Amino acid sequence: MKISRIRLKGLVFKEFLQIWRDPSSMAIAFVLPVFLLLLFGYGVSLDAKHVPIGWVVEKTTPTSESFMAAFDHSKYFENHQYANMAEAKHAMQYRKINAIIHLRSDFNRQVFKQNSPAIQIIVDGIDANTARLISGYIQGTWFEWLTHLARIKGIPLSQPVSIQHRIWYNSQVLSKNFLVPGLIAVIMTLIGALLTAMVMAREWERGTLEAMIATPVNLIEVLLGKLIPYFILGMGGMLLSIAMAVFLFEVPLRGSLWLLLLCGVLFLLVALGMGLLISIVAKNQFVAGQIAIIVTFLPAFILSGFIFDIGSMPEVVQGFTFLIAARYFVAILQTLFLSGDVWGVVLPNMAALLIMALFFFILTLKKSPRRLE
Amino acid sequence: MTENRSLPLDFQHVSKTFSIGKRTIEALKQLSLTVEENSITALVGPDGAGKTTLLRSAVGLYLPNTGEIRIFGYDTRQYSDQIHALIGYMPQRFGLYEDLSVAENLNLYADLHQVSMTDRQHRFDDLMLMTGLAAFTDRLAGKLSGGMKQKLGLACTLLSEPRLLLLDEPSVGVDPVSRRELWRIIQHQVKQKGTTVLLSTAYMDEAERCDKVVLIDDGEILAQDTPEHFKARLSGHCFRLQHARMPYRQLQSRVNASEDIIDSIIQGESVRVVCKQTKLPDFPADIAEHLNVSPAEANLEDAFISLLRQRHPVTHQPPLQINQIENSKNHSNDVIRVEQVDRWFGEFQAVKKLNFSVKRGEIFGLLGANGAGKTTTFRMLCGLLPVSNGQLSVAGVNLRTAAAKARAKIGYMSQKFSLYANLSVQQNMDFFSSAYGLKNQHRKQRIQWAIEQFDLKKDLTSNSGDLPLGYKQRLAMACALMHEPEILFLDEPTSGVDPLARREFWARTNQLAANGVTVLVTTHFMEEAEYCDRLVIMVQGEVMMAGSPAEIKQQAITAECPEPTMEQAFIHLVEKKQS
Repeated sequence: MKISRIRLKGLVFKEFLQIWRDPSSMAIAFVLPVFLLLLFGYGVSLDAKHVPIGWVVEKTTPTSESFMAAFDHSKYFENHQYANMAEAKHAMQYRKINAIIHLRSDFNRQVFKQNSPAIQIIVDGIDANTARLISGYIQGTWFEWLTHLARIKGIPLSQPVSIQHRIWYNSQVLSKNFLVPGLIAVIMTLIGALLTAMVMAREWERGTLEAMIATPVNLIEVLLGKLIPYFILGMGGMLLSIAMAVFLFEVPLRGSLWLLLLCGVLFLLVALGMGLLISIVAKNQFVAGQIAIIVTFLPAFILSGFIFDIGSMPEVVQGFTFLIAARYFVAILQTLFLSGDVWGVVLPNMAALLIMALFFFILTLKKSPRRLE
Repeated sequence: MTENRSLPLDFQHVSKTFSIGKRTIEALKQLSLTVEENSITALVGPDGAGKTTLLRSAVGLYLPNTGEIRIFGYDTRQYSDQIHALIGYMPQRFGLYEDLSVAENLNLYADLHQVSMTDRQHRFDDLMLMTGLAAFTDRLAGKLSGGMKQKLGLACTLLSEPRLLLLDEPSVGVDPVSRRELWRIIQHQVKQKGTTVLLSTAYMDEAERCDKVVLIDDGEILAQDTPEHFKARLSGHCFRLQHARMPYRQLQSRVNASEDIIDSIIQGESVRVVCKQTKLPDFPADIAEHLNVSPAEANLEDAFISLLRQRHPVTHQPPLQINQIENSKNHSNDVIRVEQVDRWFGEFQAVKKLNFSVKRGEIFGLLGANGAGKTTTFRMLCGLLPVSNGQLSVAGVNLRTAAAKARAKIGYMSQKFSLYANLSVQQNMDFFSSAYGLKNQHRKQRIQWAIEQFDLKKDLTSNSGDLPLGYKQRLAMACALMHEPEILFLDEPTSGVDPLARREFWARTNQLAANGVTVLVTTHFMEEAEYCDRLVIMVQGEVMMAGSPAEIKQQAITAECPEPTMEQAFIHLVEKKQS
């Protein structure tokens, strides 16, 4: 099969005209990425801030006042006081507060006693993730306050442990720093797989492919005619996302931009390969869209480690994530953005992407119909 | 082998099977066919006969299960590249890119065929001139009319100057004027460039213009011959009948009862029959006495019908049992009245000052080219679209104030036979009867009625999507009649349906009308206008002509065409209007 430059040029030009005139593909390529980035950059936060805490203080003393003030000064909490437990529980049921701190009347005495619980903490566990965060924060604040108090009063601390946190790579522990890079993988899946599968299915649906197969055009030209435009579109989406990440959300880019782009190229090829393969199976746009969302977009969202940590998934699911291309790219993205060119992480992931890209292209070439049946 | 090398197309014992669902369909059975260089060959035959499969196999889109297909000596199994360089193929729905302009579509196909930049310009100019698309080069293909789209499709196919042109129903759904232009382009190509053409068509007048006509049915060739020879087979068998005392519809159903009548159609106010012998059979005395007989010229359709009838004998349908609509004797009663109706879509006026009325029990035709405003008028009459101005009453109900009430009295069957393709025949009927609000015993009765009257018993459990088009049409009509409507709206009911199924359809429609059901019908097939009592021809949203078929043909009589067919009359009148 010889590739003709004229034919290929014609196909690529046609595809660009169609992209330009079709508002829905323009929207998927440019509006949706911006929307997703804004949503995840600003709207979704996995950090707990200004968490409403209900207080039930049975006897107000200077010690309890000082303890409450420690929470008041923190940007993580917002104090609300209740007269008794019943009221506080009621507030928690109505989700007005996320936790209750109960100080009994003997709080003053109990504070420095060994092995006896001085305070009771009740955390709303409906959202497990937030619950863990909150209980962590509360404990941290408690220890801090206790240490401070012990130093002032010269009392030896019964709790021997003193934890010192030092968080690396994302020292402010901002969730956007870790969400925004991962989002690039989701956006590129959208352009590479969803858009490509849909436009190819559109050609089946409208009968344009039947007329085209009867011309001297060959299979590689038809596939390249789709690949080239959507590759360019996908890289455009990637550059737009990187620019927004770095300039708008001020996510640090510690690794090399060139390495990032190279990995992006690899991942986009995998996504395009998946898109083309789907379009061969699904010959109408609706089915193609459904399949693309279920087998590419949703896994990229849920199973790639973009939001949910792969390490804490059940083992079966963990094993499954090895089949998800986005997993490798998310690992690369998070490493390159937040820690730098860590070759030991980047290289194996790149290799995985390369293998997947080759696999999908060979399968697409093998499965592509040269005829109508 | 060697003498066959130069043949543009050579099928030798080709078989092709498909499986659809549980059924296996033999689309081509041991079919052999050759096409001579520089000729036009027409493929005709009922829907589902295998015409499209044959053309797709010639292009190499399907490979034969057994047998061999050679295009200019190249086997389709091995040499698709060589074949694709020599042929031009236009599928039934030509895949124009609707979001590209006319010029962009042409450029794409020029690129795909690697037409050099030097050749390109003058070929574009030639084709634009021929197709009359020169003024529209910047228009998006999706915004062209149906006829213009087909012409553009043909232009794209002709860009590479193919030596063999394969066209799958190039003129289906195209109005008569555009159809004639398409045909001119094809003939020009054959004369000037020595192209060979193989096309499938449902139009007999097109088949008549070909060098050879191939009739296929059920994957086999029934006959192949020149149009003249086909017609000669039946010369002397055709007569035109008129009866002094009997209305022509009644006359038709009476003469049809004779075993010796192969076919009968209504033409103007007479009945045209094809007989087994070269003379009329002996009719009962009450017919024979006042019968006025004149010989008629045999045409291609007569020949095909008589050949097809040998394989598919007429299933003598029981006369349709329907409840007489009251007042059916009061013929002055206008059931549909349209007065000064306008319809605007933004700045565009689709229907302009429309006026007509339809009497009870009449078959009323709405004819016109694509975009003439037929569908808009139809939708307004069904209460699906409000009118912008004017008065519209259907079954005595003003549609502005009581559309729902009017809808209970009408049945509607659309072009696309809006059935649920993945429901069975039974389930479709269950659904439609409940949608019309039929309950319990009454509902059961009506469904039973439909099964008997429309002969649906053996297909009750098949998915309606897998049925042949003629059956789908039958089912759609059954569903539309479920609630015993007074008025039946038929939107292009016979589009794409083969001649046998079309005859069956019209026989039913006539019976409905005879029982007082008012029928309003749109059609592209001009000869079907003959079945109407009265009709209007719409052009650009206005009524150009109204009257009975005979009256309309009367107005188109010219020196060179003393006895115009409905189609000739239509073209003549449209052209007169436009000039």
